[in-house]
Amino acid sequence: MGPRGVVVIGAGQGGLDTAAALRGRGYRGRLTLVGDEPVLPYQRPPLSKGFLTGDTAAGDLELRPRAFFAAQDVEVVSGTRAAKIDRERRTVLLETGTTLPYDSLVLATGARPRTLPVPGAVSLSGVLTLRGLADAEDLRKRLTGPPRRLVVIGAGFIGLELAATARKLGHEVTVVEAQSRALARALTPTMSSRLVARHAEAGVRILLSREVTALWGSAAGRVEVVELDGAERIPADLVVVGIGVLPNTELATLAELQVGDGIVVDAQLRTDDPDIYALGDCARFPSPHAGRHVRLESVQNASDQAKVVAAGICGDRVPYTAVPWFWSEQYDMRLQIAGLTAGHDETVLAGDPEGGRFSVFCFRDGRLTGVESVNRPADHGIARRLLASGTELTADDVRRPGFDLKTLARRPQERLTHA
Amino acid sequence: MAKITYKHPSGTVTIVDVEAPNTVMRGAKLNGVEGIEAQCGGSAQCGTCHVYVDEANELPLPEMDSVEDDVLYGTACERTEHSRLSCQLPVTEAIDGLVVHLPEAQS
Repeated sequence: MGPRGVVVIGAGQGGLDTAAALRGRGYRGRLTLVGDEPVLPYQRPPLSKGFLTGDTAAGDLELRPRAFFAAQDVEVVSGTRAAKIDRERRTVLLETGTTLPYDSLVLATGARPRTLPVPGAVSLSGVLTLRGLADAEDLRKRLTGPPRRLVVIGAGFIGLELAATARKLGHEVTVVEAQSRALARALTPTMSSRLVARHAEAGVRILLSREVTALWGSAAGRVEVVELDGAERIPADLVVVGIGVLPNTELATLAELQVGDGIVVDAQLRTDDPDIYALGDCARFPSPHAGRHVRLESVQNASDQAKVVAAGICGDRVPYTAVPWFWSEQYDMRLQIAGLTAGHDETVLAGDPEGGRFSVFCFRDGRLTGVESVNRPADHGIARRLLASGTELTADDVRRPGFDLKTLARRPQERLTHA
Repeated sequence: MAKITYKHPSGTVTIVDVEAPNTVMRGAKLNGVEGIEAQCGGSAQCGTCHVYVDEANELPLPEMDSVEDDVLYGTACERTEHSRLSCQLPVTEAIDGLVVHLPEAQS
């Protein structure tokens, strides 16, 4: 441990968990957490769900109370951006002019929503994105009150969760997606068609393979119309753009660290400067589960990577190998994903899709790579354990009549031996 | 308010006062008790707030529902008959004095 301490840039899930894990490991050096939002670290997942309906209050979003930071001697610098990293001097310059020295620096800078590259998207009011608490507070105000016509651009997780929430609140919802199916990058075709069917059943109009060409507004500059290819015009009181995010890599680029759709790190999550780590949404890391470098946007990834970074800073160089997992809640569907399903060459459906409880097991070259589940949390949890331990499960195992992952959970090695 | 005791695998014992309405998971988070992750924030999705309720417990805890039961299949440490998700244990005066043991790992 050096005298200069650790500076963490980014006070989201990954930044906070790094600070907590460092103290949990007994790190006693100076520890500073710098965040550009004016609030303490909070949970983002409820922002598209319970926070908008009022089921989750702002106070419940806080990951840790203020007293935690005082008790753990973590200095939180809120509402402040980092301007520049001086790698030679090992300092970070904040935009306030303050200079923070570091022995280790952690970049947990997250990501920001992509903007829609069409006329009107930036200039009109009533066109929003949903990423942070301020966005969600704005959206909540606009979704409180009489039914409005909401157009969601992008059928990703944020867009679909928002669509489900807005329907629950009684609004008229249209989702426009440029790809031929929802969540094309994240989900199997089986799962995306189930999701889309559920949205249709709930009264959401989902338009696939449609491009937004322009947004039109009133004389006062308020959005009124979403124009699609083929000149179809959809009336809108409110437009939310959810077409993915861009990793916040500017600081790293400025510091001449290796960057390419994310800050590039090694298996221990170190950048090409061994004193600088990157994690969470902004980091591109080698995944043993993908067999290549990936960048993942999830609480799990940020949280588990934080532990590896804290270990590395304390001299315990362990690789990041956690099994990725993700969840989404839409209507009565608890969707959970264990592992990485992209690149699968075979899928097997188990359970009861009509009854709303099923899992899609994904295989590549005969090996289980991931499982998508709806309302089958045991499948999800057991799949995570199987993937973590490398226990073999074949497509034929899943196809066998009476297959139930729960029966394999107790003694996986014994039960899964192919005699 | 209830006094909750968290026993760590290392032998460390932390006793904190937790106000209602909170959960045993949130009680740990609010008081800086490490060893409970709750990556999903307490929505019974992830199984990283796993605790073992003390064997001698006689305090009235809510019945486990099927979701909690299912999620417990995926915990990092072995599930026992004393396993619960601490996010599903609301703090009330009726559980004043609850003792829970933390597992070696949550994820």
